[in-house]
Amino acid sequence: MRKILFLALLLSAYVSAFAQQNKQVEMADVMRSSGKIYVVIAVIVIVFAGLAIYLFSIDRRLKKIEKEK
Amino acid sequence: MKFIYQTWWKVLAVLLIFYTLIAGFLLDVPHLPILHETIRNVYFHVPMWMAMFTVFTISVIYSIKYLNTGKEEYDLIAVECVNTGTFFYVLGLITGMMWAKYTWGEFWSNDPKQNSAAIAFLLYCAYAVLRNSIDEEQKRAKISAIYNIFAFPIMVVLIMVLPRMTDSLHPGNGGNPAFGKLDMDNHMRMVFYPACIGWCFTALWIATVRYRIRLIEYKKNEIN
Repeated sequence: MRKILFLALLLSAYVSAFAQQNKQVEMADVMRSSGKIYVVIAVIVIVFAGLAIYLFSIDRRLKKIEKEK
Repeated sequence: MKFIYQTWWKVLAVLLIFYTLIAGFLLDVPHLPILHETIRNVYFHVPMWMAMFTVFTISVIYSIKYLNTGKEEYDLIAVECVNTGTFFYVLGLITGMMWAKYTWGEFWSNDPKQNSAAIAFLLYCAYAVLRNSIDEEQKRAKISAIYNIFAFPIMVVLIMVLPRMTDSLHPGNGGNPAFGKLDMDNHMRMVFYPACIGWCFTALWIATVRYRIRLIEYKKNEIN
């Protein structure tokens, strides 16, 4: 009985030690919080920004050609 | 027509979409079974169809205007609006299939909404085929304008009316509530409406760019 209790105590210490280790590893800055969804947002925003800039540049080139006429 | 050369509404469209890209992922959404996080697709899948409807409507207006006045420019606007609308149509279909795979179980489950959307898509493919098969310019413009005026109401009936009269998996049909009071709360509306406006204007923008290119081509051919 004593041995088992001792074992349980050791085990619980082990678990808490692990929990602490986990806490130490986590270094959550903004981009890594809540499932790293911010990274996805950043990627989509970059993609759309690229597309928007592309469309604007097409528009500008077209304006130039229209003025030549 | 000065409107299409202005920049402010293009900037507005881009800003609105940026807002929906960020808010659409971060704002809280209702927790619903089956849908889970895919409810956020409302911000991206539905605006594709709204954008399509916008440019198709403009196309019909200019088809009617063409028949009234016989101005070639109006015909060019109608064509390019249909072309842009077809592009957004494809995007809407594909995003819908993707969403259906993870909520209905299949990419294509022969749902009335999906089937009639596919049929209506063929209607607009036929428009392109019809146009390309006629060489004479005025005849082509006139016939395709008339076809367009007939195709639009049929498309609306196929997509919006017929699926609602039978059972469909798609929200808004056959006793299956749309994203109305039950699913969509006011938080979602704050993102959904700007998304629709933003994508409608983006579709309009692409259509105007295509029209301006076509106008230059048209004038070039006229001189030669």
